[in-house]
Amino acid sequence: MALKYEDVIAKYEPVLGLEVHVELGTESKMFCGCNTVFGAAPNTQTCPVCLGLPGSLPVVNGKAIEYTIAIGLALNCSIAPFSRFARKNYFYPDMPKNFQTSQYDEPICVNGYLDVTIETEEGPKDFRIEIERVHMEEDTGKSLHMGGATGRIHGADYSLLDYNRAGIPLVEIVTKVVTGTGKYAPEVARAYVSELRDILRGLGVSDVKMEQGSLRCDANVSLRPIGVEKLGTRSETKNVNSLRSVERAVRGEMIRHAELLNKGEKVIQETRHFHEDTGLTTPGRSKEQAEDYRYFPEPDLVPVAPSIEMIEKIRASLPEKPSVRRKKLQEAWQVPDKEMAAMVNADVLDQVEATVKLGTDPTRARGWWLGEIARIANEKGVSAGELPINASDVAEIVGLIEKGELTDKLARQVVEGVINGEGKPAEIIKNRGIQVVSDDSSLMAAIEKAIAAQPDVAEKVRGGHVPAAGALIGAVMKETKGQADAAKVRELLLKHLGQA
Amino acid sequence: MIKSSATQMAAALAKGEVSSLELTQLHLDQISKVDSQVNAFLFVDTEGALEQAKQVDAKRQKGEKLSPLAGVPLALKDVMTQKGVPTTCGSKMLEGWRPPYDSTVVTRLKENGVVILGKTNMDEFAMGSSTENSAYGPTHNPWDLTRIPGGSGGGSSAALAAFEAPLAIGTDTGGSIRQPAAVTGTVGVKPTYGGVSRYGLVAFSSSLDQAGPCARTVLDAAYLHEAIGGYDKLDSTSINAPIPPVVAAAKDGNVKGMKIGVIKELQGDGYQPGVLELFNQSLELLAAQGAEIVEVSCKYFDYALAAYYLIAPSECSSNLARFDAMRYGIRVGEGSAEEVMNKTRQVGFGREVKRRIILGTYALSSGYYDAYYGSAQKVRTLISRDFENAFQQADVLVSPTAPTTAFKIGEKANDPIAMYLNDIATIPTNLAGIGGMSLPSGLAKEDGLPAGFQIMAPAMQDDRMYKAGAALEAALLTKWGKPILDSAPVLGAK
Amino acid sequence: MSNISRDDVANLAKLARIDMSADELDHLSNELSVILDAVARVQEVAAADVPPTSHPLPLKNVFREDEVRPSLTPEESLSGAPASEEQRFKVPQILGEEQ
Ligand SMILES: [Zn+2]
Repeated sequence: MALKYEDVIAKYEPVLGLEVHVELGTESKMFCGCNTVFGAAPNTQTCPVCLGLPGSLPVVNGKAIEYTIAIGLALNCSIAPFSRFARKNYFYPDMPKNFQTSQYDEPICVNGYLDVTIETEEGPKDFRIEIERVHMEEDTGKSLHMGGATGRIHGADYSLLDYNRAGIPLVEIVTKVVTGTGKYAPEVARAYVSELRDILRGLGVSDVKMEQGSLRCDANVSLRPIGVEKLGTRSETKNVNSLRSVERAVRGEMIRHAELLNKGEKVIQETRHFHEDTGLTTPGRSKEQAEDYRYFPEPDLVPVAPSIEMIEKIRASLPEKPSVRRKKLQEAWQVPDKEMAAMVNADVLDQVEATVKLGTDPTRARGWWLGEIARIANEKGVSAGELPINASDVAEIVGLIEKGELTDKLARQVVEGVINGEGKPAEIIKNRGIQVVSDDSSLMAAIEKAIAAQPDVAEKVRGGHVPAAGALIGAVMKETKGQADAAKVRELLLKHLGQA
Repeated sequence: MIKSSATQMAAALAKGEVSSLELTQLHLDQISKVDSQVNAFLFVDTEGALEQAKQVDAKRQKGEKLSPLAGVPLALKDVMTQKGVPTTCGSKMLEGWRPPYDSTVVTRLKENGVVILGKTNMDEFAMGSSTENSAYGPTHNPWDLTRIPGGSGGGSSAALAAFEAPLAIGTDTGGSIRQPAAVTGTVGVKPTYGGVSRYGLVAFSSSLDQAGPCARTVLDAAYLHEAIGGYDKLDSTSINAPIPPVVAAAKDGNVKGMKIGVIKELQGDGYQPGVLELFNQSLELLAAQGAEIVEVSCKYFDYALAAYYLIAPSECSSNLARFDAMRYGIRVGEGSAEEVMNKTRQVGFGREVKRRIILGTYALSSGYYDAYYGSAQKVRTLISRDFENAFQQADVLVSPTAPTTAFKIGEKANDPIAMYLNDIATIPTNLAGIGGMSLPSGLAKEDGLPAGFQIMAPAMQDDRMYKAGAALEAALLTKWGKPILDSAPVLGAK
Repeated sequence: MSNISRDDVANLAKLARIDMSADELDHLSNELSVILDAVARVQEVAAADVPPTSHPLPLKNVFREDEVRPSLTPEESLSGAPASEEQRFKVPQILGEEQ
């Protein structure tokens, strides 16, 4: 029987460390001119440099440096006046040179922080996450494991390599040790990645799509008995590819560590793989077999030494912080704190903003994104932003409701249709034959049928007992399969029964 | 004709006395005649060379403006990629590999209309001083076929000395252009680091490697230097500045008032007496032309060899990691990717390469980095300071290029340290990134074999060594009455 | 006297991904001990106040524009591959895991 979370936090203090890898959204790769478009045919975006062919040499993409400095500044880091690339040497077939061009003891940005706020039952709580470094490196190729158990590395007969992704610029953002979060560790971890993602998106340096791997998080977790100074042994969970998973992975590791510690066993320092389906981690490489990376300064590249002018120019071009933006939106939309937090939590702020920009009333926009759409997302175990419905779909649907062409109930059907991939709202309305029955004569026929079926109720209404009309309206709605506008039905019915 | 200098050939081409096609064919004929004895070439690109020659002839016919070396043939060290042409680096690892791209040096040679005859033999991945470490058999010194032609670029220097090509490309990490030039009676120049693009040069030690010209005369080397040199945006370590005026300097050849610094530490013990004698005679010739000879001391040069044999293996252990049987090159063995990598690297690399990879892996590993690689980098600083001080006292610095003349094939094959000592005089310039040239100083009295005279100049002042080199070359030519290679045995008369 | 044992060499060979026969290991451990003795001399003069030189040129900030340049064709990219399938490099089964 798994340990209860309450029991874990009653006895232990969690300590976190978060490493986030972000693929930068440059046009070309880090060290060569190959395209970076996602999803291209295999090995069509490769050249001597990113294939690591003998004799090829790297040249740094200046834009990637600017982006990295922008990230550092947005995270309140100091920008190093002198930094260098280093080679991290290890063999792996998806890495063409068998070393990764990275940064070691001389990263571009150091010593920053990011403040995050989480909602708790005691109200909002603030946490400061300290950033150790922001450094540059390059991504690896992708391998397909063939034969044996499908797609898994173990049991595969052979692998197929595509180097389109090799050499795409990556930025790694590493926190210092995060303590003092107590029971909120999972939420803080999630809030950190969420806030970081918003900042990166705001900077325009990456498309930050966790599901496509352009933002990936490794979560280091360790426990120490409350009151003990010494840090416990940590595990490093890889493959955490959604905000929800960050939270689950941290909570899951905390429970797993506590179970081991309670049994008097040792936590092994190792990498773990997170599985979205079970929410559990399985062991990977243990640090005992860890490689000696033999870092040394990359002799094919020269140092990066940004001038003060360059740094200040980038600083001046930084957009407003997400927290500032949220405050502005909240005021503009007149949203209570709790509702605002709900939107942030459901990760629909961007969508609501985009919908409002299309002319939709903020309350209505929020209602849909936080209501029906969030409900479906939850059901599917994804975030609302990953569903194939966008702001213009929602704006169109709300517009149709306002024009009386859809009822709320019908609109929900349209939303469902869009998410099922049946097309745009107009097509779905047409294909599904959805329409509000507003034609008076067909409504009247239904009304008369309802009166005939329940003459006693009709009599009560005629006698001035208006609330009794509900039963008749219900019958009409049933008759018209929900396509009638209830308000319209009520109006016609009451008029017919002499009560208007 | 094939015994002429490249400059003379270019003049004959310009005057229409010979076509590039004819000139190329003459060299291909010489290759067929002598290369079975010399083994300078790993691949002869007969078709490609004749095609290039025809194109240059056609352009000349149309009256197009051509570069000075247009139509002159050249031999390319097999460490440079040439699109579609086998590039092995003297290693079994790359057997059959035809790169899908041109190195910048090759791009520039093609732009200049230089005809590439083929790829020349070398120590595997440029690691060696004798060309015995080639997986394709040693190259033989045309002066004495039982002796080494130097290394790693022994194929290029032997091709020049055997009149298989008037020009060649070499690369120099610790002396691989200059030492072969010295022992074959030819001219070799290692330009300032960053002076010639490394793009497409298969890396041995990235912070030391430098491509450069090999020729039979100083002026020929200067023309080739200008053809291949200059800024390349594909190489981050390329110098973004004009090429020093090396052709003008080679034509000038005036050393009046030039201060020539003799490095005290690069002579004496370990140097063959005949080599030192020739060196001193050369100094006298330079002095006679108005140069001022001074002695300078570079006390940290004693540590250069040690630093080099840490830095170069360290970088090579990383540079050669990519040869893993996954994307190109040979693949040996069965089993997992890791097993295939391990097996392929056992079979594909030769002894010297493996020795250096293991040494470099050791020097970079955690716990040893500071003591070895880190300390070697500090020695590098000390050597650069030595040079800075010496260049305060002299315009150029000089020494014998190599301590001895060519040794016998096999003589030092089992003694790595003795082999490494060959580069004792050439290595400091690589560590400091400055330029160095070797030109013939004569035939040593002990064995009648050529010895080399090395001239070093401060970074980006490569023209100084061409000026001094041309002066010495002219004085020696006057003294001997004929080029040194005219004294070499005639090959192919088997 | 530096002493590089046979086991040390075996570990280094593993790091460098080179299979070695017992003979090779013996041979190399002897040679490396001699070579390391010779090169360890650098420590004699590597004083704390001497800055390291990792590169001969004092260059900095060499960047290229963020412009897409033509790639190789996939045929060219795969031209040297010992094996390929579905326009990808075909390699033996990978046992370790991604870093
Ligand atoms: Zn590329």
